[in-house]
Amino acid sequence: MTPDTPGILYCNCTYAQIIDPAVKGHVLRRLCDSGKSFEAVADLCEMSARKDPALKRLAGGPGVKIAACYPRAVKWLFASAGAPLDGARTEVLNMREQAGPAVIERLLADDVQPNLPPGKASPGVAPRGQTPEPEAQTGATSAEAPASA
Amino acid sequence: MSLRDQTYLRIVLYEGRDAEPLDSEQRFQAVSRLLNQGFALTHVGGAGRTAPADDVPALVLGRFQNGLEKLAAEAASERVRFTNVSGLTDEQIVAAVESVRAEKQAVQHGGWKPWFPVIDYDRCTNCMQCLSFCLFGVYGADGAGHIQVQNQDNCKTNCPACSRVCPEAAIMFPKYKAGPINGDAVKDADLEREKMKVDISALLGGDIYSMLRARSERAQSRFSKERDSGKALNERQKCLTKLAQAGDIPPEVLMSLPSPEEILRRAGEAKAKALAALAAQR
Repeated sequence: MTPDTPGILYCNCTYAQIIDPAVKGHVLRRLCDSGKSFEAVADLCEMSARKDPALKRLAGGPGVKIAACYPRAVKWLFASAGAPLDGARTEVLNMREQAGPAVIERLLADDVQPNLPPGKASPGVAPRGQTPEPEAQTGATSAEAPASA
Repeated sequence: MSLRDQTYLRIVLYEGRDAEPLDSEQRFQAVSRLLNQGFALTHVGGAGRTAPADDVPALVLGRFQNGLEKLAAEAASERVRFTNVSGLTDEQIVAAVESVRAEKQAVQHGGWKPWFPVIDYDRCTNCMQCLSFCLFGVYGADGAGHIQVQNQDNCKTNCPACSRVCPEAAIMFPKYKAGPINGDAVKDADLEREKMKVDISALLGGDIYSMLRARSERAQSRFSKERDSGKALNERQKCLTKLAQAGDIPPEVLMSLPSPEEILRRAGEAKAKALAALAAQR
């Protein structure tokens, strides 16, 4: 294990039937058999609504790979719970769209291929009539960088 | 009980040094069962990284050996508890976790389907249409007048109506069936569709609730002339049908709406909040 090993987070989307159970099952089984450490949560949506403090520790660290749903949704689920993800060091695998083998291959890979939508790192909007200024997502230098737990 | 201000419990399944690994199938079944019961867990394997410790109480599960069990017993505290799962089935592991959860009075998951709007602040222009539209107090504004989702559990399950009135397609429901509401990327064609939906509501009278108000007033007028409550009810039902078509609103949500008078009152409150938030920005 190296200090900059990315963390792995798996969302089971327990409270909805929107992800193919075969995809979820394949990813979770391979993850369990990988011998790697990982974080698994029942439902990121529920945690976000609760502002579960676990989201801050999950968002922290040198990088994270998340098996869940659409990157845009994942980005704002974390951000709206006060735990913004570092866009430069986060890769989201979309189990609603990608096949199980493709998801697990990227999840277990040692590198991170960042794919969060660019833009703001955390909530906050420009007043009506003003064009929001996009911010580069470079969490390492941003004041909005996720807090390390 | 509020969604927040609850006690949490961190579950750790430890299979690192000085712990005998679980069988492959049992590990998968135990993890699956815990997730399906609403728990989150940290799995510590032989490699990789886990999120660091924090102030949340933790329950560490493992088949401890080589004296680790004794060490674990000595290290146990109010914050951290260790449970040796040697010889336990996956059902028994879940039962042991549930027992500690109940004892700690930690949050019990699964009582609420997490259906609520998530704002994409890269797209949101703070126009407050969502706040003025929602009758259920889901939205609010922060001290600086910025739109926020404040009461997620007030949202009506499977109702994505507020996302339909957002002119920027900035409102997501991650568990919705289709994009871009489910969080999929917003395409130009999606924006045109969203605009069209807003136009539909505009054609119906400025907004959907204006339509409802106008129809309610007409129905009340007829009611006062004709004393026919059946016609008034019929009018409301017609109105609700159009609402359902325009906003993709589940019938059960519409049927749970309060009386037209109460809708008017709530709509007035929501609009006042939106206007106050917009004024605060200036």
